[in-house]
Amino acid sequence: MAAKAVRDLSKNASLIELKSVNKWFGQFHVLSDINLDVKEGEKIVICGPSGSGKSTLIRCINRLEEHQAGDIIVDGVTLSNDVKNIEAIRREVGMVFQSFNLFPHLTILDNLTLAPIWVKKMPKKEAEEVAMALLKRVRIPEQALKYPGQLSGGQQQRVAIARALCMRPKIMLFDEPTSALDPEMVKEVLDVMIELAGEGMTMLCVTHEMGFASGR
Amino acid sequence: MTDSSPVGERPQLAPPVDDSGALGWMRRNLFSSWLNGITTVVLIAAIGWILSGFLEWAVFTANFTASVGSECRDQGACWALIREKYRYIFFGSFPYEQHWRPLFAVIAMLAMLVLSADRRMWNWRLLVIWGVGSFVTFLLMFGQIHIPLSLFLFVALVVGGVGMSLRKAVADAGEMNAYRVLAAIGFVGLALRIAGILPAWSLDIAPLSYVETSLWGGIPVTMILATYGLAFAFPYGILLALGRRSNLPLIKGLCVGFIELIRGVPLISLLIMASVMLPLFLPSGTTIDKFLRAQVAVILFAGAYIAEVIRGGLQSLPKGQFEAADAMGLNYPQKTLLIVLPQAIRVVIPPLINTFIGFFKDTSLVLIIGIFDFLNTANQALVDPNWAGFPAEVYLFAAFIYFIFCYSMSRYSKYLEVELNKGTRR
Repeated sequence: MAAKAVRDLSKNASLIELKSVNKWFGQFHVLSDINLDVKEGEKIVICGPSGSGKSTLIRCINRLEEHQAGDIIVDGVTLSNDVKNIEAIRREVGMVFQSFNLFPHLTILDNLTLAPIWVKKMPKKEAEEVAMALLKRVRIPEQALKYPGQLSGGQQQRVAIARALCMRPKIMLFDEPTSALDPEMVKEVLDVMIELAGEGMTMLCVTHEMGFASGR
Repeated sequence: MTDSSPVGERPQLAPPVDDSGALGWMRRNLFSSWLNGITTVVLIAAIGWILSGFLEWAVFTANFTASVGSECRDQGACWALIREKYRYIFFGSFPYEQHWRPLFAVIAMLAMLVLSADRRMWNWRLLVIWGVGSFVTFLLMFGQIHIPLSLFLFVALVVGGVGMSLRKAVADAGEMNAYRVLAAIGFVGLALRIAGILPAWSLDIAPLSYVETSLWGGIPVTMILATYGLAFAFPYGILLALGRRSNLPLIKGLCVGFIELIRGVPLISLLIMASVMLPLFLPSGTTIDKFLRAQVAVILFAGAYIAEVIRGGLQSLPKGQFEAADAMGLNYPQKTLLIVLPQAIRVVIPPLINTFIGFFKDTSLVLIIGIFDFLNTANQALVDPNWAGFPAEVYLFAAFIYFIFCYSMSRYSKYLEVELNKGTRR
């Protein structure tokens, strides 16, 4: 109860804070002095030319890439080399990749329940109920027992979104979620994302879909 | 191409009828031209000629009943030799009237292997199958087993420890307490044993007469060396492969060094090291069974090869799989066991089974250090002066038995590929 109250009070507190973050790939200065402040419920779209470091920026937030200078604070936890901190942040941050990255050897349902069962220690039955509810939300509950390879690109990306949501994250990161999709499948994924934004999820999105970026 | 209506509106036509029967197939593939026809006829004649010669020797003029080698002279194959010697070839110098023991040991091992081939058994059942199967096998082979108390303590410690670390996520409080108690009993017991406070108790199971490993021979020896060699080398090879990809320089260096060192020497030299040189380094008075030393050499050797095969699979995984697992918050053991290895091993099933088949046959190299595996007992059957001069029959027979084992593995590899990829391909 207390936690809830605190969150309501801190409605305007920052969920993600980047303070003069710097990163180099070899000699290439990819992130130079980035400052960013994301409040709860905010949606931020990151645009820019290829190679400008958009993906690198959001990948730093859940430590898929390591920043070399500056501070990244996610939900009050400062990112460092401490594995406990990294795991704590990853529990709160869901990520959707350009190439879906579903696990091809597991069914859709197992893809969704894996993290809740192993990371959150949720009982299997409960995890499956949560997963089915989310599959209904992304409108593909009938695919639950298939394997990723049997789904279309758009369906796979919707599964990937549901998989990230299964952990009940506070923040969702989208790394060019529609770039690998055929044009006719982009809409079904964008619709899900728009719905999610409407529900108040904090979102960071790297995208080239300017319609999506400006419309909402 | 004359239909100009849009693709979606064209009528669905049935595919062309396949009118090729056996005759049609032959006309197309064997007699499509004069040259092809002649080639076909010549090849069929050649195959027939060779086959008839072989059958003449192996079946029609073969002697199945001779009681001594000289009766087989100037005839076809002397299969009577196999009839006379098969028990020695299969079971070696194991006491003759006790041959039912290695026979049932082989049956137990085959049952164990067949059961563990089934995918539905790939859980805790596998441990039960291998525990019971191995116990029965070695009880039959040795006749008597003395299980030291420390082994029970060690197993308790390992089961408790592994359970505590791997089942942390899914077990309820009762199960976790059971693991803690097991680990504690194992740890305290072992500590007391090492400190010399607990005496060297052991559980003695001795229903049969004791038969030492130097009397073992034939099929059971080959099967034990291959089965346990590969069963231990497989997880060990996986650890080596993971270690080789580690970010920690020390672990990586050790694994690379070990793999390169073991791969760089022939198995024979490793076996000779194990049998001749190792005893020189051991404190006098301690002896390690020669069979066990050969077994360990096979495990070390196979592990290095399996590690490289597995590493191939690990490298074939797209980076995205690791990133997705990381982003979900899975820790290293979870990521490795749930995401990485299941996919990596699937990819390398053909080369992995290829390695297994190679090692099954390579176990025959233990004859160098005087262990009587199947090929060696077959060899020894030729030494009998009463039956001198029929090597072809014995080696053909041995080759046939080896082929049955290797071909089964090959078929199983095919089955596994289909089974594991069910539904995962479009």
